[in-house]
Amino acid sequence: MCQRDDGGISTYKPRLVTASGHVLIVGASAAGLSTAEALRRNGHQGRLTLLDAEPHLPYDRPPLSKQVLAGAWEPERARLRGQAQLEALGAEFARGEPAVALDAAERTVTTASGRVLRGDAVVIATGLTPCRLPGQDGLAGVHVLRGLDDALALRALLTAGTRLVVVGEGVLGGEIAATARGLGLEVTLAGMGRAVLGDQLGDEIGGLLTRTHAERGVRLRLGAAVDALTGEAGQVTGVRLAGGELLPADAVVVAVGCRPATGWLEGSGLTLGDGVECDARCRAAEGVYAVGDVASFVHEGLGRRLRLENRTNATEQAQTVAANILGADRPYAPIPYFWTDQYDVKIQAHGLPSPAAEVAIAEGDPEQRRFAALYREDGRVTGVLGWNMPKQARLLRQRTLTTPPLPPT
Amino acid sequence: MKVAVDEDKCCGAGQCVLIAPEVFDQRDDDGIVILLEPEPDADQHAAVRESAAVCPAFAIEVIEEA
Repeated sequence: MCQRDDGGISTYKPRLVTASGHVLIVGASAAGLSTAEALRRNGHQGRLTLLDAEPHLPYDRPPLSKQVLAGAWEPERARLRGQAQLEALGAEFARGEPAVALDAAERTVTTASGRVLRGDAVVIATGLTPCRLPGQDGLAGVHVLRGLDDALALRALLTAGTRLVVVGEGVLGGEIAATARGLGLEVTLAGMGRAVLGDQLGDEIGGLLTRTHAERGVRLRLGAAVDALTGEAGQVTGVRLAGGELLPADAVVVAVGCRPATGWLEGSGLTLGDGVECDARCRAAEGVYAVGDVASFVHEGLGRRLRLENRTNATEQAQTVAANILGADRPYAPIPYFWTDQYDVKIQAHGLPSPAAEVAIAEGDPEQRRFAALYREDGRVTGVLGWNMPKQARLLRQRTLTTPPLPPT
Repeated sequence: MKVAVDEDKCCGAGQCVLIAPEVFDQRDDDGIVILLEPEPDADQHAAVRESAAVCPAFAIEVIEEA
């Protein structure tokens, strides 16, 4: 048993998994698969099982709204690992086998087909479920984009001349709008916020991104709530905004955010808030861990809970979870980081940029559409943003952001 | 150990440079990975494996000696 000085933050006892123990991972996307790989790399020789609701080999999600949706990549190219690499893991993959229940005290997981599996450690990596609009399920032509099948179904609709309405001005909505414009569609982007990515990056940077979309010919309806989807004979015909305007549409993408996929954990004994609530070591209960989009963890540097919906978090957190399963005592206190590619704009955001911060250009020139910016709150740097300046942003991050601690927000 | 990078997959995150600066760098103009050392010394191996593991684009391939 390892020694800990947890200062009251780490609430669950570690449970050492021996070399012969069984680690059961629920979810085989980036976070789950990375956890499995890190376990093997760290010397775990025991049984390893990955349950996944997906029928596909594990794939990466960031390309779905870009290269896969554009048709530039065939789906196979988005695979996280090849067949041989997956086999080399020595893990049992149960695909198309969603977990439907967990007993945290017993560490047993029940699957949809009725299998019951018990792990010496259980890792929850079930990710997110996209939010939907009322009435969308009965209408053809309305899509969310979360999984590979979503991307392929949507891709089939994206032919030049099609009128597409994207609902949601966040990262996913912006990327889909950009991809669709690149394919020659008529695109309208509607969202509640004042600017594309305004909720994430503030009005100044969000405003610049909004102008980029306008210059590329996207019709923007921002600060606009959706009142209803309209349809005829089961096929979507448009999106009606709260102000009364009707946006005609042959296809609609709903990108209004996601919820942690925790429905299957009701009654598990775990604390479910905004995701699976974990301590600073990513433990949700003794021997039960959560990783990736679904995990709400205590960030010791910030002194508060954080749940990160980004790709880098999935793999970084997996390293910590795997180490802790095997007896380490590592708090997870990352510098958050996400990127988004829209048209020829590559945005990289380190730390916790927020609309509340003051933004100052540190390098480059926004007029040249190539710059790096610092976000400051109470005089302290809280975030670094690169706009077509990834290396410079990374260097700024190294100079200005530390872990831990990040400044409180 | 041999290291290979896929520039097409690379998203310029720079995670590898943060972890193993003696093996990886980034291009100034677009941040895409530059492989400084395709056959890194043994003292770099752990950092290279970690870089490959956290690369958000899975753009780093590590070929361990048989």
